[in-house]
Amino acid sequence: MISLERVTKTYPKASRPSLDDVSVSIEKGEFVFFIGPSGSGKSTFIKLLLREIQPTRGGIFVNGREVGAMRSWKIPNFRRSIGCVFQDFRLLPNRTAYENVAFALEVIGKSKAVARRVVPEVLELVGLGGKEHRYPHELSGGEQQRVAVARAFVNRPLILLADEPTGNLDPDTSIEIMRLLDRINRTGTTVVMVTHDSNIVNQMRRRVVEIDTGRIVRDQPRGVYG
Amino acid sequence: MRAKYVLNEVALGLWRNVTMTIAMIITMAVSLTMLGASVLLFWQVNNMREFFYDKIEVSIFLKSDVTEAQRTALDTALKEDPLVQEYDHESKEEAYEKFQTMFRDAPDLVNSVKPESLPEAFRVKLKNPEQYKDAYDKYIAYAGISEIVDQQRLLGKIFGILGALQKMALVIAIVQGAAALLLVANTIQVAAYSKRREVAVMKLVGAGNWFIQAPFVLEAVFAGLIGSIFSYAALVLAKIFLIDGSLKPLTELLTPVPWRNIHIMLPLLALAGGAVNAVTGWVTLRFYIRV
Repeated sequence: MISLERVTKTYPKASRPSLDDVSVSIEKGEFVFFIGPSGSGKSTFIKLLLREIQPTRGGIFVNGREVGAMRSWKIPNFRRSIGCVFQDFRLLPNRTAYENVAFALEVIGKSKAVARRVVPEVLELVGLGGKEHRYPHELSGGEQQRVAVARAFVNRPLILLADEPTGNLDPDTSIEIMRLLDRINRTGTTVVMVTHDSNIVNQMRRRVVEIDTGRIVRDQPRGVYG
Repeated sequence: MRAKYVLNEVALGLWRNVTMTIAMIITMAVSLTMLGASVLLFWQVNNMREFFYDKIEVSIFLKSDVTEAQRTALDTALKEDPLVQEYDHESKEEAYEKFQTMFRDAPDLVNSVKPESLPEAFRVKLKNPEQYKDAYDKYIAYAGISEIVDQQRLLGKIFGILGALQKMALVIAIVQGAAALLLVANTIQVAAYSKRREVAVMKLVGAGNWFIQAPFVLEAVFAGLIGSIFSYAALVLAKIFLIDGSLKPLTELLTPVPWRNIHIMLPLLALAGGAVNAVTGWVTLRFYIRV
């Protein structure tokens, strides 16, 4: 599903590479934690997968396609197969929960009729039934992140990338979000989650890939934060 | 549905930043008006050049005591000259007839002039009117010549003035055009900044590039089109109140500016304004904002 082959990414003017000769492979339907201290290269990994940046060396394959070699006009279509969730939710403040999710469909050309059918369904899935018409500021942090998850998942992507999705949430709410991601994972969606929330990693007991100063120092199935 | 969304965004964007939109339209209109005026003047000068060059003559006036031999020598030289397209000999009597018809509204003047007082002349049409200097140098040396007059020299002054006006209009058009382009670029930056969250989400969920960029580019194109309509209106008013109005005595001397030329400015200026703004908008987005 996702594989990195000897990928190195050095930002201009940086003294050392953010990712240094990293090879890793993730199968379809897996749930993988990427852990490590700040500045270890976790976010670089996410950006590379989204093709927001290009690797300095090495090959990145997502869904059998080499991301780095993709023509730029093909990137939008490629991103439709990847859902994304971030620490800061990135919701549009002047749109309701429903509109935020529907927006993601409308801008890729889906009709309003499709949105009317699919959006309530996915909001129900993330546990926001009945709160469709609330604005982000009328929702709690956990609820906002649920909207973000709904938006990432509404297009039924093959891969869900989560960049510290619980970073702004209290422990109980974090657990709820993790249950939600777990449920999404059980639908067959590959979930890649970058975090340094040790609690969560320890509870979930899924594959853990630890990165330190740009190198993979540990890769174990059913791991703990350590 | 997508077209509706894009148009909605365009209207919203223009309205949200309405002072900027107006500034953009005004500068665009001034620039395009000057561009239009410049093109009209350019056509006008070309048109007049053709019109007058057809009629333009070099007149070689002969002295009253010119001898038959001198006249024949000149006649032969003109006949063999490669510079000359055609020429005519005008006797004193013919000159007097011409003078009579030219000034038939002033009988006193006609009566006061006798046929003998008008000079005999060769009216020469050159193949290339620009070669006047060569012709002048050649024939001034001949005996029996009192004066060589080139009509082009007189017209040259008029062309000079019109040419200067045209260049001035072009310079204003370019300077205003530069200001308009900077305004367009700035407006698009502001618009893209005010919608940065939406743009970020759109990129994230995989909206097409054209779909993200279209509203911004169309805002600029819209301003260009409205500007071109205003500049067309300005040219129409200039035609009514200046060319056919207060400047009529002057413009009557020159070749007329037909309405056809004014009307063709609308599509030309709309095309220029729209295309230039589209490119500016697109380049701004691509290289400055990196949408």
